[in-house]
Amino acid sequence: MTAVTTDTPVRLTDSTKLRAWAEAVAIPLGALVVSALIFSIFLIFLGKSPVDYFQLLWKGGFGTSFSIQNTLQRAAPLILCGLAFAIPAQIGLTMIGAEGALVLGGFSAAAIAIPLVTGGVPVVLTMPIMAICAMVVGGAWIAIVGWLRHARGVNETISSLLMTYIAIAIMNFFVEGALRDPGSANKPSTMPIGKDYMVGYIPATDIHWGLVAGIVLAIALQIVMTRTTFGFAARVTGGNARAALAQGLPVGRLIVACTAIAGACAGLAGYYEVAAIHGQANASLVAGYGFTGILVSFLARHNPIMILPVAVMFGAIEASGGLIQRRMDMPDATALVLQGIIFVVLLTSETLYGRFAIFQQKAGAERT
Amino acid sequence: MDTAVLTPEAPAKAKRAIGIETVGMSKIFGSLVALDDVSIKVKPGEFHALLGENGAGKSTLVKCIMGFYQPTHGQLLVNGHETPIRHPQDARAAGIGMVYQHFTLVPCLTAAENMVISRANVPAVIDWKKEIGELEAFMDSMPFRVPLTEPVATLSAGEKQKLEILKQLYLDQRFLILDEPTSVLTPSEADEVLGLLHDMARAGDITVLMITHKFREVTAFTDNVSVLRRGKYAGGGTVGELSTADMSRMMIGEAEIRKSAERIADVESSVELELAGIVVKDEEDIAAVDGLNLKIGGGEIVGVAGVSGNGQSELVEALSGQRPINDGGVFINGEVFDCSRSGYDLFKVFGLPEEPLRNAAVPRMSVAENIAFRTFDKAPEANLGWWLKPAVMKNRAAGLIERYRVKTPSTDTPIENLSGGNVQRAILARELSHDVKVLIVANPCFGLDFASVAEIRAQIIDQRNNGAAVLLVSEDLDEILELSDRVAVMSEGKITYVAPIGETDRNTIGTYMAGH
Repeated sequence: MTAVTTDTPVRLTDSTKLRAWAEAVAIPLGALVVSALIFSIFLIFLGKSPVDYFQLLWKGGFGTSFSIQNTLQRAAPLILCGLAFAIPAQIGLTMIGAEGALVLGGFSAAAIAIPLVTGGVPVVLTMPIMAICAMVVGGAWIAIVGWLRHARGVNETISSLLMTYIAIAIMNFFVEGALRDPGSANKPSTMPIGKDYMVGYIPATDIHWGLVAGIVLAIALQIVMTRTTFGFAARVTGGNARAALAQGLPVGRLIVACTAIAGACAGLAGYYEVAAIHGQANASLVAGYGFTGILVSFLARHNPIMILPVAVMFGAIEASGGLIQRRMDMPDATALVLQGIIFVVLLTSETLYGRFAIFQQKAGAERT
Repeated sequence: MDTAVLTPEAPAKAKRAIGIETVGMSKIFGSLVALDDVSIKVKPGEFHALLGENGAGKSTLVKCIMGFYQPTHGQLLVNGHETPIRHPQDARAAGIGMVYQHFTLVPCLTAAENMVISRANVPAVIDWKKEIGELEAFMDSMPFRVPLTEPVATLSAGEKQKLEILKQLYLDQRFLILDEPTSVLTPSEADEVLGLLHDMARAGDITVLMITHKFREVTAFTDNVSVLRRGKYAGGGTVGELSTADMSRMMIGEAEIRKSAERIADVESSVELELAGIVVKDEEDIAAVDGLNLKIGGGEIVGVAGVSGNGQSELVEALSGQRPINDGGVFINGEVFDCSRSGYDLFKVFGLPEEPLRNAAVPRMSVAENIAFRTFDKAPEANLGWWLKPAVMKNRAAGLIERYRVKTPSTDTPIENLSGGNVQRAILARELSHDVKVLIVANPCFGLDFASVAEIRAQIIDQRNNGAAVLLVSEDLDEILELSDRVAVMSEGKITYVAPIGETDRNTIGTYMAGH
């Protein structure tokens, strides 16, 4: 039935990996093209030109050095929130609560900054304390989701979504109450941390260091998931929890660890939103990066490295929103329509894996 | 009894069996010839066995007959007339029905509901009173019946399999294709179901084509046999005229089958596995294993027999760390064994679970990675216990793949692309290539072909001869009788009978299995 017999030595590699890679790139790309076509039909119904739209999207996202910097600036939280979905996905969880961890992480960084800044603690100490605080709070918040899943069997998708609302409510409770800066009249906020305590920009650009943090974390997590025993054990658990238990792997600890890493990533995104953009915690933190991160991770097939280019692409869609709004007289929500279409088409395209002969290995037909 | 279908209550249902014939049927997938010029004739009222190893083309042939695949060449004759089957609906219209290896019933619906919804023309509003009345009449015309108004989930495996068959007859399918129908049944259930089918075929009510691996079923129940090998027709004939040896030669050709390893008497070993008062609860919080005691010495295989559902699967899951042990303890050489990874390594405990793709492997990870599950976190496959060395992992896997004759295109192939026998061989390579002190085995040969079964059983005996204490839990009594040094019977969560293999027999064991 098959050309392979026990007489020939076992090959260490074959085209399987290459084909799997090609499939993982071709299907999401195809989904993007289909999404663009569907969105074009939507534009034509509105009486707008799709050609103009995509030209402006390019111009607003990558056309000038200003727009590229704007795009990369927005890509930073998307990378971190994409990772926050991808790492739990590798252990088999659909964890959609990055928005909540981002908000709580950002808020806790702004809150801990108040005594540090007023107490005159040096910048070199304050900044790492704020960042670590954001990661610990975000990590602990999402680790609760993992623990509930493992110890109590609570569905992680539902619990993480609901906990996002709790997180936003907690921030609002303090921002509108005990920690409200009296100076923030129309938009309740915490006390501004002040220019000296803000994260700076990458030299010669307007891009804050959050982008570098995102890239470093993506590469680090890719290495952790593929080259360490922790990542191996996590992939075994994600692929078949029964097999992981039968190997005596600490499934509960692995799940809590992966959710904690995810929450820390989202919390760090919150830190940069506070310490690099807003300078204080307020309702602006609830910008939807956590939810767009889900889309980023899906399009990247939950691969940390692939999250980088995908996050840049979505950064461009967000960055070009203003230009498109002005030139084409279309509301800001247009970008959300495009994102929504991409998500639906992408989820539909998940069913196409294994359906194209070119990506399949011939010996697969050996199965009866 | 045997002509019950022809009773006057159901004259409309009194259709006769139909015969089919494949003429030069071939199926080519790309460069792979899965089925090569196969001609098989099944006469009306015949009980026909289709034998072959995994990958021999049995499933492909059946899928061509059922309309799931279009044959590349060849025709299908139904009652002598050429009948093209383009869709499964065509097969249904031609009166050809299939019973699959695994149940296709909806567990939360009753038998009556399952049968009615499977009809092609279900009315928008169902008059259940009328339907149940008609089903009762239909059941009366059948030689066996199942309770109509109980949810299917509460039926035993044997009753479910009967219901699958009844469903096909209710749909008026008079040519039944059965794909390893007894792999989910206990021996007595299997004998009962096959016996009933045999009688119905003999009476001329149905024709049966059964895919199987078990020679005992072929010789006891079927009339004729066809054997496929590597996609070709390898032989066949009347069952009484062929010996088991003839059939196995047709099945595997000249390939060498590993002889069952010699059982060494009185193996020296200091290992002792003791299960003391173990209690394991199931999903409903009921003690499925209820104070089980069993001692197994080194160099001994203890086979645990029992009717499925008496706590065997919960026991194996608990010993495999997949389910908590609620009370009692497991002791190895007098020390507590806690079913953790360090415990497995310390006491050298290994396992061969049933359905390896579900219990022992990660389907989408590669063969090499799956083979490394026991060793990936230890030198030399990992530095300092956390940094993986994939090249070392792959090389070790390549060596084991050759030693255990796993057929795989490469070490990188996802294990789900391998056939069932090769998946189990890869798991054997992982679990048995170490110094094994305790081996926990559950239905290791479920759904595997003849050659793989012989190989796997020989490996288990080898481990016993090397001094391992082997716990074998199996629903296949033949397997237990072949492998065990001692037989234990499990009933309602307890061990109710233990005897050395020489001092017991099938009937005694059967009596205890039935709970007496």
